[in-house]
Amino acid sequence: MTSSVRTVEAAPDQSTESQYNFAYLDEQTKRMIRRAILKGIAIPGYQVPFASREMPMPYGWGTGGVQVTAAILGQEDTLKVIDQGSDDTTNAVSIRSFFEKTAGVKTTTATADASIIQTRHRIPEASLREDQIIVFQVPIPEPLRFLEPRETETRTMHALKEYGLMHVKLYEDIARNGRIATTYAYPVEVNDRYVMDPSPTPKFDNPKIDEMAALQLYGAGREKRIYAIPPFTKVKSLDFDDHPFEVQKFERPCGLCGAANVYLDEVILDDKGGRMFVCSDTDYCEERREAGHLGDMAADPAAVSLTTSTAGQDAS
Amino acid sequence: MYVAVKGGEKAIRNAHKLLAKRRRGDTDVPALGIDQIAEQLSISVARVMAEGSLYDESLAALAIKQARGDLIEAAFLIRAYRTTLPRFGYSLPLDTAKMLIERRISATYKDLPGGQLLGPTFDYTHRLLDFKLAADGEVDLEEVSMSEPETGPVPRVTELLGDEGLMDADVLPEDDAVVGDLTREPLGFPADRDLRLQNLARGDEGFLLALGYSSQRGYGRNHPFTGEIRFGAVEVEFFAEELGFAVTLGTIKLTECQMVNQFAGSAKSSPKFTRGYGLVFGQSERKAMAMSLVDRALRWEEFGEECTAPVQDTEFVLSHSDNIQATGFVEHLKLPHYVDFQAELELIRTLREEWFNAHAGEEEIQEAAQ
Repeated sequence: MTSSVRTVEAAPDQSTESQYNFAYLDEQTKRMIRRAILKGIAIPGYQVPFASREMPMPYGWGTGGVQVTAAILGQEDTLKVIDQGSDDTTNAVSIRSFFEKTAGVKTTTATADASIIQTRHRIPEASLREDQIIVFQVPIPEPLRFLEPRETETRTMHALKEYGLMHVKLYEDIARNGRIATTYAYPVEVNDRYVMDPSPTPKFDNPKIDEMAALQLYGAGREKRIYAIPPFTKVKSLDFDDHPFEVQKFERPCGLCGAANVYLDEVILDDKGGRMFVCSDTDYCEERREAGHLGDMAADPAAVSLTTSTAGQDAS
Repeated sequence: MYVAVKGGEKAIRNAHKLLAKRRRGDTDVPALGIDQIAEQLSISVARVMAEGSLYDESLAALAIKQARGDLIEAAFLIRAYRTTLPRFGYSLPLDTAKMLIERRISATYKDLPGGQLLGPTFDYTHRLLDFKLAADGEVDLEEVSMSEPETGPVPRVTELLGDEGLMDADVLPEDDAVVGDLTREPLGFPADRDLRLQNLARGDEGFLLALGYSSQRGYGRNHPFTGEIRFGAVEVEFFAEELGFAVTLGTIKLTECQMVNQFAGSAKSSPKFTRGYGLVFGQSERKAMAMSLVDRALRWEEFGEECTAPVQDTEFVLSHSDNIQATGFVEHLKLPHYVDFQAELELIRTLREEWFNAHAGEEEIQEAAQ
């Protein structure tokens, strides 16, 4: 880790961001965050309070993930940032360029090349390795929050492992809808102890966090909580014997690369009901197309605009 | 289309260029100077310093300029800057009795030691648009006759009441007591008054105003009187370990409000007046008053009162008072959510299909009955 002193005077050839310490935060703050991370790893799934700082991006836009990444980032790291599975969504672009400017680290869009992956709402389709860390941006870390709004109550419930309320909620779903109507931020039990919110990833991604080889770190900036799942930890999605947990299934493969068993985004093509389904993980999709896999709509004019860089250049 | 699979980076760059252009506006109109904002929009500057939690008039003015006059955005800029500043230590407690007073009023006494001093206030102005200000050129500033400033300390009304035993005393903390700091330790509950006051002092003016107002309208009513409001400059002192004595770092302007509230007594405590306290950077009476109403309401437990209203609910008030947090989370709904939306879309299609299948028979039955 480096520790350069922040220069106050503006250097004319430097951007504003590069005048701050490596990865923006001062070293003391990073140490404080690392202590919280280590505690989180020691108690898998437990929400560790930490003195979250104001960051130069708004609360709710990834400040927790950004602080965690800043605390663990070294000069040798290669960073990948995704939002909704894509490297090119606006907020992922913004966070990636923040670290390019404040830390000068290498960045990549290739999942396999990254040592740290910061994500919002998705986990890459490709399996992660032991030498990788995935950092989740978390809006509301408390899985019990919508059942009990008070922090004083929910902390007690966790301490007593009192999760009956959550099971009642899931049961009521089944009673009303015939199924568990939670599609994302689907609660899990970590290491047979803490019930945890896996952040608003679709439940499609829940099986990936079970026994994952990579270290998982979760940062909630506004709510000032960090939690973690160490590599190869048991993570069980809550369910009932007669209503076992199941993930979303898509009826068709990706229109661009033909991948099946991946999470798809629905793209509306016109106002006449035309639509196509494409991989939400854009890097995965690209790699498959480069390897020669083609989906049934790859030749469609609409698909061309999705795979080339001509669209989305105007500011509005 | 702002988010294609490729192209987000360029779109962001262009959007920021456009923002810079819109911020500047018509270049035929002279650009605003930081000093103009600091001097002529000082109430905005005060709000940004208070909610940004950093006392620096020129930085706050810069933030207002950069934020195109959006004061919450400006406070956000200040907060993000503040977080990078090293912390040397904590100042000594301010002594507002030694304030160089510009304004000081009491609604509980006609006259009192130190006197009533109206000072610069909108109160008693008629809210008529002044079209002279719209015309170019300087406005004639009439000479103001100023009374001699009070030289000695001006005792606070609550102390006068306290001398008679009528006022609930604020117990001074032990010398070695650690005062909470929610910028260094995450806010936990239950929160003591030091943390509550810090939270309120940084809190959103509008939120505190609405909560204070709700207490006046009967949701957690506590019969307030404005004991006093004072505004002026106070010295900030810092105890330097190396020197062994306190040095003055400078002066800051503050608004302090002490609300005096009726209290009929309870099993725990004899009848007396109780206090709600507000202290805000700059001239910000609305915020200081609202803060003191909310502070008093949050003290229900101390006085054995009932907790019946939102304004008394510590966790509710403190968790939602910070407008930087609030605006971030509300506005994050602008970010793409299409992965989760897709999940909901699939679910709602499935649920609808099941619903129509289950109700398909019913229509036929109804038709047959007709």
